[in-house]
Amino acid sequence: MGRAKVKRKSTTVDMTAMCDVAFLLLTFFILTTKFKPDEKIPINTPSSVASKLAPEKNFIMISLDKNGHAFLNSDMVPVKEQALDLINQEQNLGLTPGEIHKLATMPIIGTSFNNLKAYSKMPVAALNDKLPGIPIQDTANNQLKVWMKAFVSVQQDLGTDDPSAKMAVILKGDNMAKFPEFKNVIAALTENNILQFQMVTNPEGVPSGSELWKKAQSEGATTTPVNG
Amino acid sequence: MAEMDTSSKDTGKKGPGVKKGKKMSTRVDLTPMVDLGFLLITFFMFTTTMSQPTSMNLKMPDDNKNTKEQNVKQSGAMTIWLGDKNRLYYYDGELKPDLSNVQMSDYKAIRKAILDKKAVTPPDDLFMIVMPGNKSTYKNIIDILDEFSIDVVERYALVNKVDTAYSAYINKMDALADQAGGQ
Repeated sequence: MGRAKVKRKSTTVDMTAMCDVAFLLLTFFILTTKFKPDEKIPINTPSSVASKLAPEKNFIMISLDKNGHAFLNSDMVPVKEQALDLINQEQNLGLTPGEIHKLATMPIIGTSFNNLKAYSKMPVAALNDKLPGIPIQDTANNQLKVWMKAFVSVQQDLGTDDPSAKMAVILKGDNMAKFPEFKNVIAALTENNILQFQMVTNPEGVPSGSELWKKAQSEGATTTPVNG
Repeated sequence: MAEMDTSSKDTGKKGPGVKKGKKMSTRVDLTPMVDLGFLLITFFMFTTTMSQPTSMNLKMPDDNKNTKEQNVKQSGAMTIWLGDKNRLYYYDGELKPDLSNVQMSDYKAIRKAILDKKAVTPPDDLFMIVMPGNKSTYKNIIDILDEFSIDVVERYALVNKVDTAYSAYINKMDALADQAGGQ
């Protein structure tokens, strides 16, 4: 008798199940995604064990890039507009209301007072890390101080009922930023009586066996930090 | 699941003379669709931000108030200088004029020094003072403040206006360390 014929099996695999999985994952990612905010200035923040999330609204953010250039940013356009208006009057910059509005809606402010007029005409695409930044290097001409002063007085005018009156000052520094510039940023804040501020960091796991780790362990499983 | 029964068992039910329409398979090749699905998944995976940035609180002392009022016992104080090239220098209590009690360390070894200090000091007396040198980076400052929170040190101060004398000491220590490293 001849050998039993081996039946040839088809090599095609049914893709339906795989397709289902692919689209399930796709749906998950589409729903959970939150696009990275468009960063004009690339900043690599250091990491820390702090677990508090950085505020996402009602903030004033001071960015300090790796070259020690400072930039100012806030999500509160009306507050920015009022602050700009104040500075315009104080420093006699001669900005028109249109220019002030334009500046307030721009994603970052990164130039000296004298250049603000020209800066307001710049296209958003031209805002990059080649901007000179707000002058802070010179302690005598620390313009960030003037900015913070304007913000503080706008905040006081708003009164306590306005939610944007409680603004958080966030400092976002680059790993490579040097201390002298950082010192001037801090000076700009402390001299305006902003004594408490937050520094943006990347989350990092608590090293196991450390004091904080032991403390978290003893406080119960709910607060146990993830080791990473 | 998505396949339709297309087997031709029902052939012949139609009467003679009725022309048999050729049965087309309703099966669709899903491979390109899967490809597309995974392509989009990859795109979303790369653009998504899973970890939200966190923030660290820092309180600065009020310059207008007399900060000297703060009671810091020399025995419980530890001063940390942040030097160049991720180096740290620390000393307990008071600085000796010849800098003989200053020890060099790095960001890994400092944990032991802090914990040792913490072990021998009453909790109320423990106080850390950080003086960043002009060559230290922002990362160094965050790292040392983070180290305090890891080691659960409640009382510390970041000295913003570092005295020029101290800046000079830090530079001197850096120069010494560079020399030692160069040999």
